[in-house]
Amino acid sequence: MSSVAKEWREIPGRYNLQGTKCEHCGKIFFPSRSFCPACRRAGIGKMKEVKLDRHGEVYSFSVIHEAPECNNMQKPYAVAMIKNREGVLISGQLVDVDLDKIEIGMPVRAVLRKLDADGAAGVIHYGFKFVPDN
Amino acid sequence: MRDVAIIGIGATKFGELWDKSFRSIGIEAGMKAIEDANLSGDEIDGLFIGNMSAGRFINQQHVDALVADYSGMATNHIPATRVEAGGASGGVAFREAVMAVASGLHETVMVGGAEKMTDLDDASINSVMDATADAEWEAGMGITLASNYAMIARRMIHDKMATREEIASVAVNSHFHGELNPGAQFRKGIPLDTVLKSGPVATPLGVFDCAPITDGAAAVILCPLKDAKKHTDKYVKVAAVAQASDTLALFQRDSITEFKATQAAAKRAYEMAGIKAHDINFAEIHDDYTVAGVMALQDLGFYKKGEAGKAFLNGETHFDSGKIAINTSGGLKARGYPIGAAGVAQIVEVTEQLRNEAGKRQVKGAKYGLAQSVGGNGSAVTVSIMEAI
Ligand SMILES: [Zn+2]
Repeated sequence: MSSVAKEWREIPGRYNLQGTKCEHCGKIFFPSRSFCPACRRAGIGKMKEVKLDRHGEVYSFSVIHEAPECNNMQKPYAVAMIKNREGVLISGQLVDVDLDKIEIGMPVRAVLRKLDADGAAGVIHYGFKFVPDN
Repeated sequence: MRDVAIIGIGATKFGELWDKSFRSIGIEAGMKAIEDANLSGDEIDGLFIGNMSAGRFINQQHVDALVADYSGMATNHIPATRVEAGGASGGVAFREAVMAVASGLHETVMVGGAEKMTDLDDASINSVMDATADAEWEAGMGITLASNYAMIARRMIHDKMATREEIASVAVNSHFHGELNPGAQFRKGIPLDTVLKSGPVATPLGVFDCAPITDGAAAVILCPLKDAKKHTDKYVKVAAVAQASDTLALFQRDSITEFKATQAAAKRAYEMAGIKAHDINFAEIHDDYTVAGVMALQDLGFYKKGEAGKAFLNGETHFDSGKIAINTSGGLKARGYPIGAAGVAQIVEVTEQLRNEAGKRQVKGAKYGLAQSVGGNGSAVTVSIMEAI
């Protein structure tokens, strides 16, 4: 179970792929960080919110056959690590795809989808998933 | 800092111990260690407990107090501390205890590790495990701990750092040794095909690429090296304890086919012990997933990148190969993986080996044994080195 407030806090990242860019060293982080692990003190006050490019390619992937209860209905389903056009790695589910045809290097883009829900009357979680980008 | 010795060890059998409770296995391991060290129990002035998730597995928090109480030490009012670091809980608890004795703050300390997993159903156990990855940005997205390791394996195969067969052979090696360990959960060797053809968990990894669900506990007793002889002739020196961290989420690293936390902890450990990687005679590594075993041998500096998988496949990692023996206990895969106990159980195995008490799986003439304990997908790692005296 999760609270509405918890979901609401995650919206910028989950809906809009919002991360942060350190204007001291130029590195982009996803999800958002308030501290640059490369610059540390020198990066304080220089972390700027940015929306990530939604397009990228599969860096690695796996088809999940054993999942926790909340994802049981979806089995088997694919997850992937995506390298976006800015070179940032992002992990998420890969949907609307033939599970046998996924391969490293495949072009994909992020879309907004329902992730799961806390029971019939509970909070519905939305967030990004990736789909093939042909 | 003063040198520290291990003067007593104890462990329960690992497996599905349905007739035993968390407190009973914890006490069993602890009592064995006290007996092994020839202590009355009154000498112990500190207690460290490695435990990952009793709160979710058995609905009991505050297990430091529970263990202190039921081991009869609460009435001595000694400090008891519970340590949680995902799968590295046991390894970190051991390091905390060594620091306590080395610093002079404590004289005789017990480190226990315990986890009771089989009281919970499988799907719930998976969700506890997955919570050691990033709950918001990995688990919350449907990513499991196993699928993260699977993505590492896929990328490793893609980059020609290992073949699927080489990765699978990590489990074959662990089962080969598990058959020789009376305390192991699985006492049966397996052929490579059994791993390759096992049902998929997260492709390309199958059931036999994953460590099992296990109940078990382990304990060790530490004191200053200069005092070890007062208690026993069978003691080993703690030559190094090192720990390192990395990002919680796997996808936030520059490389996913190596664990920089293992590399950093290993470097610190070798410096502390004053030795090199090639001085190590045998190692207990964290093979919760087979691919982690391949990475471990490379990150610990035993093999070059791309060479570790071959070593497993060729059987160079066997106890009697004359090379670095790996997971003579059966590792997490065959000995079993009671999460918080695993890192302490590794120390028990290393000590048994250095005391020449490992029976059919004994590594001959070993001077240095290493233990590597890993939390999550390499976000916390400890590397400890023990030396025969
Ligand atoms: Zn920076």
